[in-house]
Amino acid sequence: MSTQEYIDSGILELYVYGSLSAEEEKEVNEMMTKHPEVKKEVEAIEEAIIRLSNSASPYLPSVNYERIKQNLFKKETKVRELSKTSAMTYIGWAAAILLLIASGVLYQQYNSTQNEIQVVNQENEKLEKENTHLEEVQDSYATIMTFLSDENTEIIKLDGQENFSQAYAKAYYNKDSKEVMIDAKGLPKPPEGMVYQVWSLKLDPLTPTSVGLLEEFTDNDSKLFRVAQAPTAEAFGITLEPAGGSKTPTLEKLYTLGKV
Amino acid sequence: MYAQSLFGVIHAFVKNKAQAEDVLQEVMVKIWQKIDTYDASKGRFYTWIVNIARNAAIDKYRSKAYKKERENLSTNNFVDVIEGSYNLGKLTNAIGIKAFKEKLKPKCIKIIDLLFYKGFTHKEAAENLSIPLGTLKTRNRACINELRTLLDIK
Repeated sequence: MSTQEYIDSGILELYVYGSLSAEEEKEVNEMMTKHPEVKKEVEAIEEAIIRLSNSASPYLPSVNYERIKQNLFKKETKVRELSKTSAMTYIGWAAAILLLIASGVLYQQYNSTQNEIQVVNQENEKLEKENTHLEEVQDSYATIMTFLSDENTEIIKLDGQENFSQAYAKAYYNKDSKEVMIDAKGLPKPPEGMVYQVWSLKLDPLTPTSVGLLEEFTDNDSKLFRVAQAPTAEAFGITLEPAGGSKTPTLEKLYTLGKV
Repeated sequence: MYAQSLFGVIHAFVKNKAQAEDVLQEVMVKIWQKIDTYDASKGRFYTWIVNIARNAAIDKYRSKAYKKERENLSTNNFVDVIEGSYNLGKLTNAIGIKAFKEKLKPKCIKIIDLLFYKGFTHKEAAENLSIPLGTLKTRNRACINELRTLLDIK
């Protein structure tokens, strides 16, 4: 390959760009030392590139040169200044200690903030639980209200019997859906280990069927209890039974009774 | 000296004058610090410093967005960047960028942008432009010759 062919191949331009591999660069370097015309060509290409990129560059204010100079200057002198003046060392140590104290304080503040966040989070959780509970209560009230106001729901007064004439209760019975709710506000608090049991009765012949227990009597503020469905109720009775309920009603402990 | 030229290279990447100035400063300091490592037998000094400038500009803006841009760099060449950001009248150089834009073929601007400004290897550039390697080299040579004629460099 003649030098002119070599020049015309376009490799020198790539050389100036810096887009050749190390090997290719080495080859061009050798060519340049051997052939002055190659070197001259490279210089011409370089000049063209430099002038193009000079023009295709935003105006660079001289302030910038000053900044560069200052940066270089700073880097040169910094080391000397520090080693010369012992005052700088003291200031350095003082700054370090201050920084240490400051970080300690900040760390403490960080910790106490973390604690506060935890407490607030716990409170939040508690409030959320309460809120959910209240929503549930509201829901259940809404269901009760719908049930009570249904046109097929009848109110049955359950009057106090014999020894328990003071007692009274109400049964809400929906003849359509056969659902039953008991209002037990008029019943005394059951003694420990005892529970009220609700019976649906068929009168002829007299057949009692348990429809449920009034569990957690004291905790239920509204004293409204939903019990099982009663498909064939002709009357409702409430007896006091040992905890867990009985299979048949203990008639001596029949508190209230009412006919549908 | 070379600062204006390097600034142009950096600016082609960074596209923001203030940030490009910061990068230029870093580059100047870096050149100053690394000057011992420059080996004249290995390549041109200008090529060496342009490499430092390019790498600094790339390093600084090696964000995801930037990478993506490098992939479809077809959208933005060094002329567009300048034109987009500046009133051409404020450029102080004898032959303004406007003259280059008018006289250089768009094909040439593209090739110079990829190879010189973006620092592509000739293989990458050939792939990007979908032309054979040999064609890329001769075409680039023709473009630089055109540029030399324009600048009257023999």
